[in-house]
Amino acid sequence: MKADQSLDCMGLYCPMPIVKTAEKMKQLKKGEVLEVVADDKGIKQDMPAWCEATGHECLGIEEKGGEIRTYVRKAHD
Amino acid sequence: MAEKEKLTLVVFSGDLDRALAAFMLATTGASMGMEVTMFFTFWGLNVIKKNEGSIKSKGIMRKMLNVMNRGGSSRLKMSKFHMFGLGTWMMKRLMKEVNLPSIEEFITMAHQMGVKMVPCSTSCGMMGLSEDAFRSEAEGIAGAAYFLNEARNSKVTLFI
Repeated sequence: MKADQSLDCMGLYCPMPIVKTAEKMKQLKKGEVLEVVADDKGIKQDMPAWCEATGHECLGIEEKGGEIRTYVRKAHD
Repeated sequence: MAEKEKLTLVVFSGDLDRALAAFMLATTGASMGMEVTMFFTFWGLNVIKKNEGSIKSKGIMRKMLNVMNRGGSSRLKMSKFHMFGLGTWMMKRLMKEVNLPSIEEFITMAHQMGVKMVPCSTSCGMMGLSEDAFRSEAEGIAGAAYFLNEARNSKVTLFI
């Protein structure tokens, strides 16, 4: 999946990937996609939940060799 | 988005592990766009006491209490396995190993994210603590009515 920006959260555990995602999203423009790369399995549940709470769009989750990539589209400012 | 949802936490405990849970939820809540208030009472006040300097209070009993129960984010102990400091030291090392912020760092982070940290007035009065016993991130001193009014308007309220 193509992303406008990427955020490295490898080696970080809850709540840091979510906290960093929220912070990073401020730098994106509406409609842009953020890729979050993490290895904490919790993110597979946490990112969709975060998106549901904040109203941003969770586009998908890709997992390969312990690396979990989640894609979030900024839906509003 | 519509009006912000509220998350209110009562931090009653001054244990390192419980404080960690409280700050994880507070910062995550703030990340989710929630308006977060942490109400610190009783032993929980230790979490937001200043780390440096001595705590000034009046009367021999309060003075003794504040020496024996000094508090401050860097002095918190585990609720279990403190083992004269060894267990707590190990846990802090493990936290660092998985890149988890320390309580100190969590307090700064929470503050930057707009989390309100409020000391309880009755506990402060009983223990002889004034506003200058607390770090600058803490704001005001409030009572049960303030907390209940916050809780009344909150989606989520937790007692830790």
